[in-house]
Amino acid sequence: MANDILIEIKNLSMYFPMTKGIIRQQKIAEVKAVDGVNFFIRKGETLGLVGESGCGKTTLGRCLLQLIRPTSGEVYFEGVDLCTMASDHLRSIRQRMQIIFQDPFDSLDPRMTAGEIVAEPLRVHTRIRGRELREKIAELLKIVGLDPSMKDRYPHQFSGGQRQRLGIARALAIRPSFIVCDEPISALDVSIQAQIINLLEDLQGEFDLTYLFIAHDLSVVRHISHRVAVMYLGKIVEVANRDALYRVAKHPYTIALLSAVPIPDPIVEASRERIILRGEIPSPIALPPGCNFHPRCPIGVEICQKEIPSPREIEEGHWVACHLA
Amino acid sequence: MADSRLQIEKPERKERGPVWDVFRRLSKRITAMMGLVIVVVFLLSALFAPLLAPHDPYEHSLADKLATPSWDYPLGRDELGRCILSRIIYGARISLLIGLIVISIGIFVGVPIGVVSAYFGGKVDFIVQRFVDTMLAFPGILLALLLIAMLGVGLHNVMIAVGISTIPIYARLARSSVLAIKSRQFVEAARSIGSSHLRIILQHLIPNSLSPIIVQSTLHMATAILWAAGLGFLGLGVSPPTAEWGAMLNGGRLYIRVAYHVATFPGLMIFVTVLGFNLLGDGLRDALDPRLKT
Repeated sequence: MANDILIEIKNLSMYFPMTKGIIRQQKIAEVKAVDGVNFFIRKGETLGLVGESGCGKTTLGRCLLQLIRPTSGEVYFEGVDLCTMASDHLRSIRQRMQIIFQDPFDSLDPRMTAGEIVAEPLRVHTRIRGRELREKIAELLKIVGLDPSMKDRYPHQFSGGQRQRLGIARALAIRPSFIVCDEPISALDVSIQAQIINLLEDLQGEFDLTYLFIAHDLSVVRHISHRVAVMYLGKIVEVANRDALYRVAKHPYTIALLSAVPIPDPIVEASRERIILRGEIPSPIALPPGCNFHPRCPIGVEICQKEIPSPREIEEGHWVACHLA
Repeated sequence: MADSRLQIEKPERKERGPVWDVFRRLSKRITAMMGLVIVVVFLLSALFAPLLAPHDPYEHSLADKLATPSWDYPLGRDELGRCILSRIIYGARISLLIGLIVISIGIFVGVPIGVVSAYFGGKVDFIVQRFVDTMLAFPGILLALLLIAMLGVGLHNVMIAVGISTIPIYARLARSSVLAIKSRQFVEAARSIGSSHLRIILQHLIPNSLSPIIVQSTLHMATAILWAAGLGFLGLGVSPPTAEWGAMLNGGRLYIRVAYHVATFPGLMIFVTVLGFNLLGDGLRDALDPRLKT
């Protein structure tokens, strides 16, 4: 069990300081974007990470890849802690882990051609040059479903879906084993979303990839993930196998989220109960005491206001951070 | 007829690349095209001065001093009887040289300072920007005068002095462009790939921050010419016989009541050339505006 784990995160936290003053900076508050997160991802699996906007999903993905150095905690990649690694060493390990970005209009350099974009990782990490490089670029473009003859075009000459394919080709170029997909489809048209999801699934089978799939669309996560983690205000509130989570969610936040997913059947849709959460998501600067979720929780009791619930394994592989679950 | 037009328009537009794109957008503006024409004429006369000038700019004839315009000497003769038109054409060379060197100093020193300052941020940025602030606090021409006082009179020193005084402007400009670019996802993508700082700066940051710098340098060409002429007028630039617009203006100043043409034509040349570069710069600013691109 232990040795098929590719990534393990222990107690990962990222606090962004809010400072005052220019010369002598004083810390006046902290934004707890990620707060004591633990989870692991097995080789070849897709872990879906869901939560509402601003809950820290993206920050968590960035911290995992050390694009932002986390405040504390450990990230083990194949048993090696990345958080304590020097930047030089980290640069070479970046070949093994890549990221696909949310916005395909912002993630490609507008002054580089498609071919140059895909070639960049190869230039950085390998000695492949000249004709071999050109062949490799053509191969990569073909893998993601683009015509190799498009390699001399600039990003603005591609459509959104094609640009996202380019982003995927760039991530694949150096054959990583782990890819963070940071809401890779939320900026795309619905018809294109399915194509990109299918492409990601095909690539996972072909290249033995492990994904952390960040999204806020629960039905997409259900489709692609093996396991799902639910995040609320910087904390993971529930982790479970996909089917278990969608069938018997335990955490009241997860239940509320699931009840908000529209069902494409008007009769069922009209008759089912929808849980509407009270109030607004609290500010991550001033977190409520006790359970983060208690001000909005439909079933909260007294203990929720005092004690922070720690995650408990209520069934094999099903972790919930709730006093009442 | 309709068929052939369709064929011409569609495939060619895509192949020609970004430079052609900019030119196409530039060509839609009359003022920008006027600027371009003036600049091209200026460049051609600087490059082909010996072929274009009707007379030797240094050949003097005291008997014909201050002669008014005639067929042989279209702009007349100056206080030493030299052909003003020829001197203006040769003067374009000096102006072009000054402009190019000043801008090169500004760009090659200022841009790296600004890019590094913005990219690394924090303390580096703070310290570098305070230096830039200090330099910007001096009016440019005053800074140039100060530097000439230190370096001594002469064309080289004028170019160095004006060049140095433009460095903070380029540093600030490059910094602000990079600040806008460095938070974009493609820069983060480059970091996630494992690119080095140097690679990110050279491959991603500088190419993407270039358009405001191109615009600025076109406008600066005008300023540099004006400053160099100003310093030439004050007698701090080239040494006497050399044909230079500012010095010619100064030479004609004494005779303005008797012979208007000696000071007027070099002055007009400065005016027209500066106007040309300004119009072109304004046009380029619009043509390079990223918001127009999709």
